[in-house]
Amino acid sequence: MSDQTLEIAGLSAWYGEAKVLTDVDLRVEPGEVVTLVGRNGAGKTTLLRSVMGLHRQVEGTVTWGGDDLGKASADKRARAGIGWVPDDRGIYATLTVAENLLLPPVTSKADAWSLDQVYEQFPVLHERRDFPGTKLSGGEQQMLAIARVLRMGSTLLLLDEPSEGLAPVIVQRIGEIIRQIKSQGVSVLLVEQNVKFASTVADRHYLLAQGRVVESLDNDSFQSRTTELLEYLGM
Amino acid sequence: MTAFIQYTLQGLALGGFYALAALGLAVIFGVLGVVNFSHGACYMLGAVGAALLLDATGLGFWAALPIITVAMFLFGVLLERLFVQWLLRLDPLYNFLLTFGITLFLVDFVKRRYGVSSLPYELPAGLQGRVNVGSVSLSSYQIFVAVFSVALCLAVWLLLTKTRVGMIVRASTEDAERSRALGINVGRWVTPVFGFGIALAGLAGVLRAPTGSVNADMGSFFIIILFAVVVIGGLGSILGAVVAGFLVGLVEAYGQGYAGSFSQVLIFVLMAVVILVRPSGLFGREEAAS
Repeated sequence: MSDQTLEIAGLSAWYGEAKVLTDVDLRVEPGEVVTLVGRNGAGKTTLLRSVMGLHRQVEGTVTWGGDDLGKASADKRARAGIGWVPDDRGIYATLTVAENLLLPPVTSKADAWSLDQVYEQFPVLHERRDFPGTKLSGGEQQMLAIARVLRMGSTLLLLDEPSEGLAPVIVQRIGEIIRQIKSQGVSVLLVEQNVKFASTVADRHYLLAQGRVVESLDNDSFQSRTTELLEYLGM
Repeated sequence: MTAFIQYTLQGLALGGFYALAALGLAVIFGVLGVVNFSHGACYMLGAVGAALLLDATGLGFWAALPIITVAMFLFGVLLERLFVQWLLRLDPLYNFLLTFGITLFLVDFVKRRYGVSSLPYELPAGLQGRVNVGSVSLSSYQIFVAVFSVALCLAVWLLLTKTRVGMIVRASTEDAERSRALGINVGRWVTPVFGFGIALAGLAGVLRAPTGSVNADMGSFFIIILFAVVVIGGLGSILGAVVAGFLVGLVEAYGQGYAGSFSQVLIFVLMAVVILVRPSGLFGREEAAS
């Protein structure tokens, strides 16, 4: 499958005069699940948006599969295999469930899930394929958002708080999905406030505070120091 | 009852102009994020264009319908390439300045060149008579406009719902940034969509020419009603634009029939009520209001 690595070096981002990210270095290896942990306003979502090319007021480099993404537009980055799963799930109300799945172009035939595969994994999406996308429950919308980029053939998923506002059983299901796609070699950069959930799926963690990476640690040390770290982050 | 049927037909014909123009406004706003204040002027240009075509070449309504529509499409493409494309990265205020500026230019250009009085335009051949349905006598041109515009809105609807291009336009109308993040090259659709929207405005103008006054100012009031239509339907909603277009046409026609000079007021009463009850419009998304 893919041998694509995401490498972020010296990334800073601004909103007008306000600097929200300072000199961030970060790496996601193929098949790795990496979380960004930090309180609200730490710059996690801005980091994902910068990788996607949606936030343009940035300095530093983002390299994907050896190519410097530079000023590449969001649609080019998406077609290069970066899958966008925003925190609001980004489901189209004016499109049916099936259309939501079929809208993005298939970017890599080898990696893309077929529609049948998607429906087999997520039977509820098949049942509701002709419903408007936003008639699904929050958890189903989250599945749809993830399934949509898998059908494109994305090999890196940018997941922004997939567990937010969902029932524990659904969160568990999303954890299973993340482990499954990881086993297929897809990598995930996950923004998560639910530290417990993060520790069940991730290989490594970056702690973000006030726009800086304050610590980078593997899952074992993350789990053993959870309480201390949460206190430090004020979460 | 006779009067009611006549007013209904009149309302549907009137609504056809609004629906077609508002449909263009909605897709342009959706895909480009540009509120096109020159839409009224483009509608005027369609009608004036039909009159000038007749004067210069003798080609009447049936030829003007396709010719002017295509010409307005090309005019829209030109506008987008020359001016509008530079707006997309700027503050929305510039969008108002530019498109309003284009309106002033077009209106004054037509006034200077062709004068302020209305240009003559007759009902098209074959549609000058009236049709008697029972005791009701209906204008055959109004029937044509009502049927034609409903059919055209349906055709556009099918194009939007049944084709891949339509799916992309709907998705980008709902959220252009998100569509880009999902690998859609939204930029590729910007120019044709703008041209398409302008072509619909021009087409509405041609349809209006035989029954309205064809002059430089005909777009000025039209655009005000058009924005009422867009607010009622919900900014950015394609279905809302069509439904509200016909709704406003009907309200205006019933108003003229039953309430005389109050008819224009009624449209804005309707708009106020809709804003009170559903701030994002009949078919607008809830988030748009917050």
